[in-house]
Amino acid sequence: MKEGFRQSMAWLHTWSGLLVGWLLFLVFSAGTAAYFRDEITLWMKPELHAAAHASVPQTAALGHAQALLAQRAANANRWFITMPSEREPAVRASWMPAKKKDGAESKPRGRRRFESAELDPVTGAELSAPRATRGGDFFYRLHFDLHYMSPLWARWMVGIAAMFMLVAILSGIVTHKRIFKDFFTFRPAKGQRSWLDAHNVTAVLALPYHLMITFTGIVTLMFLYMPWGVQALYPSQDKFFTDLNNALPADAKPARQPAPLAPLAPMLAQASAAWEGAPVGRVTVNFPGDANATVLISRQSGRAIGYDQPTMLFNGVSGRPLSSSGAPGAATETRSVLYGLHIARFSNPLLRGLFFLSGLAGCAMVATGLLLWAVKERQKHAKALARGERHVGLRLVDGLNIGAIAGVPIAMAAFFWANRLLPATMPERPDAEIRWFFIAWGVAALIALARPSRRMWQLLLAVGGVLFALLPVLNAMTGGAHLGTAVAEGLWPVAGFDLVTLALGIALLFAARRLQRPAAVRKAPVTQVTAEAA
Amino acid sequence: MADTLRSSGWAYRGGVLVRAVAAIGGGYGVSALWAAAIATWLPAPKVEAALTGTLIALVVYPCAIMWCFAARSAVRAWVGLALVAILPVCALALHGGAA
Repeated sequence: MKEGFRQSMAWLHTWSGLLVGWLLFLVFSAGTAAYFRDEITLWMKPELHAAAHASVPQTAALGHAQALLAQRAANANRWFITMPSEREPAVRASWMPAKKKDGAESKPRGRRRFESAELDPVTGAELSAPRATRGGDFFYRLHFDLHYMSPLWARWMVGIAAMFMLVAILSGIVTHKRIFKDFFTFRPAKGQRSWLDAHNVTAVLALPYHLMITFTGIVTLMFLYMPWGVQALYPSQDKFFTDLNNALPADAKPARQPAPLAPLAPMLAQASAAWEGAPVGRVTVNFPGDANATVLISRQSGRAIGYDQPTMLFNGVSGRPLSSSGAPGAATETRSVLYGLHIARFSNPLLRGLFFLSGLAGCAMVATGLLLWAVKERQKHAKALARGERHVGLRLVDGLNIGAIAGVPIAMAAFFWANRLLPATMPERPDAEIRWFFIAWGVAALIALARPSRRMWQLLLAVGGVLFALLPVLNAMTGGAHLGTAVAEGLWPVAGFDLVTLALGIALLFAARRLQRPAAVRKAPVTQVTAEAA
Repeated sequence: MADTLRSSGWAYRGGVLVRAVAAIGGGYGVSALWAAAIATWLPAPKVEAALTGTLIALVVYPCAIMWCFAARSAVRAWVGLALVAILPVCALALHGGAA
């Protein structure tokens, strides 16, 4: 281009970043939280904190689940049993209730409401039904489905933002001359230059992560964004997914002849032996009690990077194996690994912690980028602003920055507080919790837009900080396993939640305190820095 | 940056717009063509071929976008896209003719 590739890319980076920045910040925050989806869900169900954590043979836990399902859901079409893991101590049995007698199926398959029960894996006793909550799944869905809107629209918005970001990162790498030097550059308390350095450091430090997470994020929904490869070969996407997942064809039917279901435990043992002793993650029983019953057993995640887990299919009446998933093809495996990298279920706690930190770096990168725009714009119009003129665009960006960056933590904390303070048995509880997320965020964003100022930054950051830092106290006072017992009993998912929220709360309070200092900045030579702002 | 753009006038801005359309729309079209062409022609099981085409298209798209802004002129940006589209278009046409 006329001004050269570097400048045109810098221009593209600035404006595309600003336009999708607030959405990216929400997506990054929710996605980072979703790494600890199971832990968040467990924390939000304090009734389950007391479940036994002694490891039991999986066959015993499965036996308990089968007994409960046979008694409770004999007529169900399908049973799903999620085996206990280090991250989810209880064994969960869920089922899809049989169709109503009139045969009318109002919603397409898979949309009907599941019922479920959680069992203590050691004793088989049903745990007191935990409060209804979306738990960590809320953040997982928020990450790409947003909320209060059609998931399809949301996925396109998030996908377009991701593609903008991918282009920004790639062009950034190509054009960034000083990438190595910037890695070691931080000039604190220098106003705009410090924000630029912070933006560069958080971006460059976790650059491999940012590149990976953006590309793999697009891969997770690529059949929506880029359906043309599949469409060239398949009449419908359903047929393709049946092929891809090695799944039982969607049109498999029961024989309508009763036959007793064989014990599940020996099948589990056989599958686990085939996977060199790896634990089983999920057991699906199709048409239990029918002559055509089948049992699909899949390996527990955490053994390999790939998202697809090997499966074995058994005849549900004889208990004999029917088939097992063969070695996947190269492209299937590639997609599985890319998908797996994005959701990081393979990782051990340490690695997941690093993913979490990289996700936080991503939040910080987006936040500092947004702030940088406002800081630069303020300097450009410093004289006019000093004369008391109003700059509508800047004011809007300032308000949205505060509302997003300081508002999202408040919303998340409000969600957790609502989880513990709303009556445990209230109807439509999950929706009420989510409503509090958006009420808190809405209020924060509105007052931020009304009065975007340094004081407002301080106020909202402090509110978020206090709400986060007090979560361990709330946990102890509302029936959860408090830090003392959680650490003593090795209940790390709950203890970890408390410790991480405490640390985040302190960090937010620290940020609010830092802002108290009078601005001894804005002396950095403006012109020079603007030239560097690539 | 915005100032220099403004000073460059409407011709320049029009160029940016043409490039953006080329990048977002044209780039998507080209990568979609590659996805379909690879899926159709790759001698592999159907699942594998469809996946390979889709994954490659996801790499083609950002590269096409960057090309549109790197090209020396907006016209060249479109010419480049057209050149890259010839092969998959022919492949798909051949397949359609054979079928």
